[in-house]
Amino acid sequence: MTTLRKTALTCAVSLAAVNTLADTQITIATVNNGHMIEMQKLTPEFEKLYPDIDVKWVTLEENVLRQNVTQDIANGSGLYDVMTIGMYEAPIWGERGWLEPVDTSGDYDVEDLLPSIRDGLSWDGTLYASPFYGESSMVMYRKDLANKAGISINDRDSWEHIRDAAAAMHDPDNGVYGICLRGKAGWGDNMALVSTIANSFGARWFDMDWQPQLTSDEWQQAVTFYVDLLDRYGPPGASGNSFNENLALFNEGKCGMWIDATIAASFVTDPKQSKVADQVGFAQSPYAVTEKGANWLWSWALGIPAGTQNAEAAQKFVRWATSKDYIKLVGETNGWGAVPTGTRQSTYDNPKFLDAAVFAEAELKALNSADATDSTLEPVPYVGVQFAAIPEFQAIGTTTGQMISGAVSGSLSVEKALQSANRSADRQMRQAGYY
Amino acid sequence: MTLTQQRKLKTILVGLAAWTVALLLFFPIFWMFITSFKTELQAISVPPQLFFEPTLENFSIVQERSDYLKHAWNSVVTSFGATILALVIAIPAAYSMAFFPGKRTKDILLWMLSTKMLPAVGVLVPIYILSRDYGLLDSKLGLVIIFTLMNLPIIVWMLFSYFKDLPKEILEAARMDGATPWDEMVKVVLPLSVGGIASTGLLSIVLCWNEAFWSLNLTASEAAPLTAMIASYSSPEGLFWAKLSAASTLACAPIVIFGWFCQKQLVQGLTFGAVK
Repeated sequence: MTTLRKTALTCAVSLAAVNTLADTQITIATVNNGHMIEMQKLTPEFEKLYPDIDVKWVTLEENVLRQNVTQDIANGSGLYDVMTIGMYEAPIWGERGWLEPVDTSGDYDVEDLLPSIRDGLSWDGTLYASPFYGESSMVMYRKDLANKAGISINDRDSWEHIRDAAAAMHDPDNGVYGICLRGKAGWGDNMALVSTIANSFGARWFDMDWQPQLTSDEWQQAVTFYVDLLDRYGPPGASGNSFNENLALFNEGKCGMWIDATIAASFVTDPKQSKVADQVGFAQSPYAVTEKGANWLWSWALGIPAGTQNAEAAQKFVRWATSKDYIKLVGETNGWGAVPTGTRQSTYDNPKFLDAAVFAEAELKALNSADATDSTLEPVPYVGVQFAAIPEFQAIGTTTGQMISGAVSGSLSVEKALQSANRSADRQMRQAGYY
Repeated sequence: MTLTQQRKLKTILVGLAAWTVALLLFFPIFWMFITSFKTELQAISVPPQLFFEPTLENFSIVQERSDYLKHAWNSVVTSFGATILALVIAIPAAYSMAFFPGKRTKDILLWMLSTKMLPAVGVLVPIYILSRDYGLLDSKLGLVIIFTLMNLPIIVWMLFSYFKDLPKEILEAARMDGATPWDEMVKVVLPLSVGGIASTGLLSIVLCWNEAFWSLNLTASEAAPLTAMIASYSSPEGLFWAKLSAASTLACAPIVIFGWFCQKQLVQGLTFGAVK
């Protein structure tokens, strides 16, 4: 009987211990990007460090994630303790008090974060989301095709030179198109690229009185150039292509050049994914009248909604996942070519990473040359390179993207597309009370 | 051409048309199925590959990354739960409207159907706030309630049409034998309508199983069904078609097998007629 009691008591104590072992559960919402998936796989390492925290993951498609986390944070639902948000949301939500400031005390080494990325995720000098990985845009080109065509791609070329290079490499009869660019409508799709082209042509989204500037000469020239370039030297159906479609085309060897996110560099140089992995060269995004804003700046970051019941545990996770130690853990576990890039200077100082990533130098240069607070030739009242960090921009950017995508497909003239987009933007800004 | 030849030709043409439609409908599912056995590079290759060395790698990744059984269980609970609850409400409602119609019965039926004409996103915010306030966010009960409300109009309409087909004489005979309205429903109408109720229920289960809008908006980690699992494989930066196809194949499999076993009831119900 005594043995039975002892056994029962031991079982009860063991059960109680198991129950208290992970007494805090945090739910993290994220997107299905390679680096995020690796973070999920490495979560047991975090739980080893903090056995009292149990991590649950919710992976969502990018647009659904945006909608869900916006609903969650605006309604204070408390479904998520950590959210994957972008550089667009961080300053807006930080200003509204929807996010907890990131705890950068102790050994977090906030000064190691790349200044452009850190500033883009801050509001009024306070960091509201920690960068998990960052990206700019750059030119990826086929060295073999460039050599064959007898042209050179330099460190930073003008758009005219890029157009000439596209013309020289364009060989549709053999399934090679001079240049692949985003054409699919969306503020984060075609407008990310078109905004940088417009910036480099001296255009801006709004003037200092928040009046939309889409009918300006600069916008007209930039969009005409872009539409003409895709029309002459782009792949068929370019108005439906975004990152993934162009990635597939480039990896299949069908693009002479591709201008897109720096994160693509690790995909196009991976022999498991790319048929042209050993033939890829990198250069900075082209310019027209200015280099300002010629390459975009983006970061997927981890933010903590204000009012979460598990803020302390959430802070611990965010600090862990965006730390130098995490990058080291990924490097040692999956190889240094697989570490999340674009966040910390120490990553680019690491010889192991520099050996593994042939694109490192070009990527860092692109990231350092982008400045969200100074990305246009003329002064502007907003922050952001390829977007304006105001709540109305999502709708304005997407509408403009639809119009410009229509111009690429040939259903609208550039002039009409920009006029319609400007009217729509003007209406939205007026309704939102900017003037 | 003789009459027999004309009939033969007609049969061949009708058969050809039926096969064409069936193949057109089946092709995307077939393509999803074979893509799930390709590598990511094969999945996006142009021209598309029909013959390739199959791999189970995508299924292994889905199994490793997602808790498939948990998502599948959530789908089963919400689909069957919502269907049972909807039938419990819809059977008496359809019975009363079919056999004891009032002046406004047709208006009520039309009004019920009109709720299906509103895009779901139109009521997202109020439903979300109600779910939050009643603690139903990310809960299976919350989804069961939403799915029930979502499918009630269709279920009531289907059962109403089915009950209307029952000959009045059978009910009059029951009444002559002293049956109360309750007896009529339970002992006469329901046994005669088992096929219709089963097919209505099956359709409701399929609709609940495939529902994605509310599942994505009202769930997170605990109650997410298979549709939410599929959505998690779409990626803005990276190749995902093969993995997405594997996740979709795994999500479809249970309901396809279930439908296969119940196809007789489904066809009977969709072509209708209790005593035909």
